[in-house]
Amino acid sequence: MIRFDSVTKEYPDGTVAVGGLDLTAPDGKITVLVGPSGCGKTTSLRMVNRMIEPTGGRILVDDKDTAKMDAAELRRGMGYVIQQAGLFPHRTVADNIATVPRLLGWDRRKSRSRSLELLERVGLPGEYADRYPHQLSGGQQQRVGVARALAADPPVMLMDEPFSAVDPVVREQLQDEFLRLQSDLGKTILFVTHDIDEAVKLGDQVAVLRVGGQIAQVADPATLLGDPHDDFVADFVGRDRGYRGLGFRTAPVLEPSPEPTVRLGAGVDEVRRSGDQWLLVADDDNRPLGWVEPSRITAPLVTEDLHRGGTVAVLGGSSRAVLDAALSAPSRRGVLVDDDGRLVGTVTLAEVAAAIEQAVGRGKR
Amino acid sequence: MDWVLGHLDDIGSYTVQHAWLAGVPLVLGLLIAVPLGWLSRQYNWLYTPLVVGTGLLYTIPSLALFILMPLLLGTTILDPLNVVVAMTIYTLALLVRTVADALRSVPDSVTASATAMGLRPLRRLFTVELPLAVPVISAGMRVAAVSNVSIVSVAALIGVPQLGSLFTDGFQRDFLDPIVSGLVACVVLALLFDLVIVAATRLLTPWLRTGAPTGRAA
Amino acid sequence: MNAVLTWLTDGAHWQGYDGILQRTWEHVWYSAIALAIAAALAIPLGLWVGHTGRARFLAVNLTGALRAVPSLGLLFASIMVLGSRLDGELATLVPTELVLVVLAVPPILAGAYAGVEQVDAAARDAARGMGMRGSEVLFKVELPCALPLISSGLRSAALQVVATATLAAAVGLGGLGRFLLDGLAVRDYAQMAGGAILVAALALLIDLVASTLQRVVVSPGLTGKTDRRDNALRRLKTTAAS
Ligand SMILES: Nc1ncnc2c1ncn2[C@@H]1O[C@H](COP(=O)(O)OP(=O)(O)OP(=O)(O)O)[C@@H](O)[C@H]1O
Ligand SMILES: [Mg+2]
Repeated sequence: MIRFDSVTKEYPDGTVAVGGLDLTAPDGKITVLVGPSGCGKTTSLRMVNRMIEPTGGRILVDDKDTAKMDAAELRRGMGYVIQQAGLFPHRTVADNIATVPRLLGWDRRKSRSRSLELLERVGLPGEYADRYPHQLSGGQQQRVGVARALAADPPVMLMDEPFSAVDPVVREQLQDEFLRLQSDLGKTILFVTHDIDEAVKLGDQVAVLRVGGQIAQVADPATLLGDPHDDFVADFVGRDRGYRGLGFRTAPVLEPSPEPTVRLGAGVDEVRRSGDQWLLVADDDNRPLGWVEPSRITAPLVTEDLHRGGTVAVLGGSSRAVLDAALSAPSRRGVLVDDDGRLVGTVTLAEVAAAIEQAVGRGKR
Repeated sequence: MDWVLGHLDDIGSYTVQHAWLAGVPLVLGLLIAVPLGWLSRQYNWLYTPLVVGTGLLYTIPSLALFILMPLLLGTTILDPLNVVVAMTIYTLALLVRTVADALRSVPDSVTASATAMGLRPLRRLFTVELPLAVPVISAGMRVAAVSNVSIVSVAALIGVPQLGSLFTDGFQRDFLDPIVSGLVACVVLALLFDLVIVAATRLLTPWLRTGAPTGRAA
Repeated sequence: MNAVLTWLTDGAHWQGYDGILQRTWEHVWYSAIALAIAAALAIPLGLWVGHTGRARFLAVNLTGALRAVPSLGLLFASIMVLGSRLDGELATLVPTELVLVVLAVPPILAGAYAGVEQVDAAARDAARGMGMRGSEVLFKVELPCALPLISSGLRSAALQVVATATLAAAVGLGGLGRFLLDGLAVRDYAQMAGGAILVAALALLIDLVASTLQRVVVSPGLTGKTDRRDNALRRLKTTAAS
């Protein structure tokens, strides 16, 4: 647990970067600090491992005052990931990852096997171990940065915009992997970002800061999107927050209707049998593949005939996913599957809307 | 001090001589280095032979180069031309690499957009690449200028008059004053060269004076 | 040209107390002492300046000022000032070494501080964040990353020192400069040219050895294939430093 106890930081030039911050980052959870540029996120984060010394207040890690600990020792017990990865260019990937273990006095062999294990954990092939950082892409470097921070298995991780230097597609990928990793490891994580979407996606708890390093609101993502505390937070959380907020509501109670399907290779007659309605195609395990428009089919069904636009939602998943499935299907019938990806049935847009309305109404009461 | 006052004329004319012998090669060297540097950017395979080849010239001791010049040029040993050519060679040795690297360091995006706007290579060189390379070339020129001023004094050993003559004079007569005045004059001259180059650079790079970011982190 | 070849290939010129081998040995010896002293002074100083960022202004101006001092004048002045207080060969050797050290310090110093300064700020930040202490950051991250620039500073110092060590002959010491000056005295161009070629060859040989050494000590992570622009930028830092 990391606790900020009215922590302030005034830089020598008089800038008050953080003014009286009170915040607790609970064990095993991801706490995200988010806010506009210059609001003191980085300063707050770096005060935890004393890269920056607070000018007032206390920071406690597991109820121990960090000011009373040796700074280097303190840092060896915390993973630290920064935006530019900051890999050591003169060391191989494996040696980079082994930095803290070596500092802690582990022997070469043990450090090496730990490096290889972590490399796999963050989804990089083992042969990358002996590459140098400049031989990796930005996203790969960032993974190594995460692996390096995890190397000595620190209970606490500090992460400063770790994914913001990579392109959106890779970022999404890294975020998903990060969440998967965290569900295995259960670290206490303090995560800084300026991207509200990233904050609500990753955070168990999100702290919105305003300039001057003061808390505007601390809440779980759903509350933040659904009930912003004031205009500043509402503004910062942004447009579409109603829609995005649906991402945090489990699906309303839905009763999917059965949906007839055909297999690839089906003849023209079979496809046109049920009329001129959009028709769902599934594979032999009943996993949905896509929609076809019977009037356009002139020969047995092939993959190229499939309309790939529709998304698929898991029954019991978020309202947002269900709504999106309904909106994106060319038939306007959202495809629902079970946890194994097998077709359960479809719901219409109207059914989804009604169910959401009911759920929201329920929430109000 | 008395000695200095009594020999102001000599010191003055030696300084002027010295300035010519060190300064003219600096300009000549730059004029030759720019096309060579450009060629080595334009034709990649030329880079190594040109840059390494001219760089090798720097390993020839200055005394040797001064002595050998008459053999190559057919001049007499006392001809100042020997010194000018030798110093041009040293300047070249330093500047070809600087110019080549400076031109290469112009971001590809800039070169590409200049090309896309229809600038032909030569025009691109003069309107885009060279101006952007000025700060780097100027840094190279400053090193070359200071080193030229120092090396020219060695020519006193073969009898070409300039500030170095004060060193040989003083040493032969076991008299420190001329040597010290020569040293001071050399350092002052080097400083003057440096100031001129810095001033010229400022004139040529008005965009760096506005405090705008240069786009390259230090 | 033929005369030069004849002079160089005459076995008799290679032997004896004033032969080429002996003179080469002296030349290497003068240069090595100066480089060792200069490195011992300039590398720690440069690392300190680069690591702490202190006295940077002083270091920059010191290197600039030292470069402007003409070696020949300094040599004569220091012989007259120091020489009278020393005996025998030391009377000329010490002033000569002083001049060569003054010559070698600026490129080495500049290489060392520029080398440390150009270390990626993020890497340095990460090093501290992982719990390295000041000296660990310096020796485990900054120094290894600075090695390319330090060694090119050393190489450029070596080139200048080897070329300038010819001046030792002007004050009565040995070294390959003897052939130049003795040749000049009797207008023996073959001997002069031969001496000049020997000095240049020695400088090249030393540079070759140094570049091989550099390849061994510098991590391939710092030198490995990068794009053209990166390489050019790296060399520019070297130029600026040397
Ligand atoms: N060393 C410093 N000296 C003076 N002021 C500083 C210093 N470092 C940061 N500041 C100021 O403190 C404030 C907070 O900076 P901080 O880096 O914590 O912001 P941030 O929230 O991380 O912003 P960003 O999203 O842009 O990274 C800013 O106003 C900044 O200008
Ligand atoms: Mg920040």
